[in-house]
Amino acid sequence: MLDFLRARPRLALILVAVLLAALPFLVGAGLGKSWVRVLDFALLYVMLALGLNIVVGYAGLLDLGYVAFYALGAYLYAWLASPHFGLHLPFWAVLPVGALLAGVFGVLLGAPTLRLRGDYLAIVTLGFGEIIRIFMNNLDAPINLTNGPQGMNLIDPIAFGGFALSKTHKFFGFAVSNAHLYYYLFLAFVLVVMFVALRLQDSRIGRAWAAIREDEVAASAMGINTRNVKLLAFAMGATFGGLAGGLFAAFQGFISPESFGLMESIMILCMIVLGGMGHIPGVILGAVLLTVLPEALRYVGDWQRAMLGHVAVDPADLRMLLFGCALILMMLFRPEGLWPSRQRKRELHAADEVAEHESASVYDVRG
Amino acid sequence: MSLLEVKGLNIHYGGIQAVRGIDLNVEEGELVCLIGANGAGKSSALKGIVGLLPHGGQVHYAGASLKDRPTHAIAAAGLALVPEGRGIFARLTVAENLAMGAYLRRDAAAVRADYDRIYATFPRLAERRGQLAGLLSGGEQQMLAIGRALMSRPRLLLLDEPSMGLAPLMVQKIYETIQAVAREGMTILLVEQNAHLALQVSQRGYVMESGAITLAGPSAELAADPQVRVAYLGE
Repeated sequence: MLDFLRARPRLALILVAVLLAALPFLVGAGLGKSWVRVLDFALLYVMLALGLNIVVGYAGLLDLGYVAFYALGAYLYAWLASPHFGLHLPFWAVLPVGALLAGVFGVLLGAPTLRLRGDYLAIVTLGFGEIIRIFMNNLDAPINLTNGPQGMNLIDPIAFGGFALSKTHKFFGFAVSNAHLYYYLFLAFVLVVMFVALRLQDSRIGRAWAAIREDEVAASAMGINTRNVKLLAFAMGATFGGLAGGLFAAFQGFISPESFGLMESIMILCMIVLGGMGHIPGVILGAVLLTVLPEALRYVGDWQRAMLGHVAVDPADLRMLLFGCALILMMLFRPEGLWPSRQRKRELHAADEVAEHESASVYDVRG
Repeated sequence: MSLLEVKGLNIHYGGIQAVRGIDLNVEEGELVCLIGANGAGKSSALKGIVGLLPHGGQVHYAGASLKDRPTHAIAAAGLALVPEGRGIFARLTVAENLAMGAYLRRDAAAVRADYDRIYATFPRLAERRGQLAGLLSGGEQQMLAIGRALMSRPRLLLLDEPSMGLAPLMVQKIYETIQAVAREGMTILLVEQNAHLALQVSQRGYVMESGAITLAGPSAELAADPQVRVAYLGE
């Protein structure tokens, strides 16, 4: 079956398109409407993971504060399209501004960290992420910018003219709910982000990112302006984060600092690591799995109630436990991720091959 | 005027002075070596020249000062560094590594011709062009690092300890290639701990000891110098 499709890429593409188009209806009919919302979130996380993948996967800069850019995009959307300041700008004006603002902050936060590598970079970016969250938590005084921990409410939904995605609309007698409508919007954005990420990977800049990831000194000796190239990675990643943030704010209608904690950053990083760092299909798989599986675990609570009469282990605790175990198992048995690029897979499973090859080449020289 | 002219180069690491005001120059077409024991400051001097370390003193290349210019701009001016420990891009393929060497070049047709030239010089790399560079043996990685540097069509090639960590026979092979590259007219500054080999292939040499140049002259004379023979050639 797979070979059959591989030989007919156009047919495979059409099948995937039909499947993606029908997915919310299949899921909605089979599992209930709440699962369509889970799909929407999965798409948001795909966007975030693809954005962070530029920074971590392509350029090798371990960023633990990525959620700060998500927060900036979300808050900017709330400022420009909610009763808070009485502004109600249309989404097509707000989303680009939010993405741009996040991109600028990407450069601002990236600049002081240029000399840092690895663990040190991770710690500093982690700090930045927390700073933004704490700012949002406390900027309700002296001027009320963010409403503090209460969060911002009544954020405008995405609307095309009078057509608001927050309402259920009827098409040819079919009722299509808001979750479905957002699904298609998010899907369109995911496709754009995916396209950009793919193009970047194969570009001159993509190669420069790969070079600084592998060896910064050698990269600069090749004539790569490592400072600019790194800042560009931060900016591109942050832009995608800001975009996802704006969409999140519009979709939820409510945001608060709680949504932008450290756990969120770590979760997005885990999606990349689990899926396959640097490999776009892998990153997408990781993001979908890590959004959908925790939701599925909620059923464990119902199941316990049915079997034991009470909830012995809180599904939320179980989630972290299983999650930790899954990560450990991954690192032991599949460090390259679930769906890695061919290169990375070979690299991590090639230890024996290298040893053999190494001794062979020494004999070569002798002979 | 020399292609590379270094005057009073000073490099500090915190309070420790690694290079103490050294002078050296490299003429167009020459192979010059800078030898010395481990920790003498040879690599630091080279890093200073290419702008990887902040330094005092003067560095002039083809008449223009390199001082305070970032490494990537120095590379663009025609200096190619083969870094200490080779610095290959382990998770890129051999061909991709070579392509990175030509990162600044826009003449696609000439770049393609240069691939063939490099593959002809290093047949081993041609065989493994699709393989990840990190999976090559140490000697092959060194060949790749040299090939990658040549891909930028440099005017001056700077080699930092090309013999480091290699089996003696592999070292011999690397040095044969360095000689071949020099015969084609490449100007080379070679930093090397293996004084015996370096003095064999070079025309002139500098001997460095705790941050200062203590001896300089034609390589044959240095190789015959009793001081050098005792300290560096193990006699």
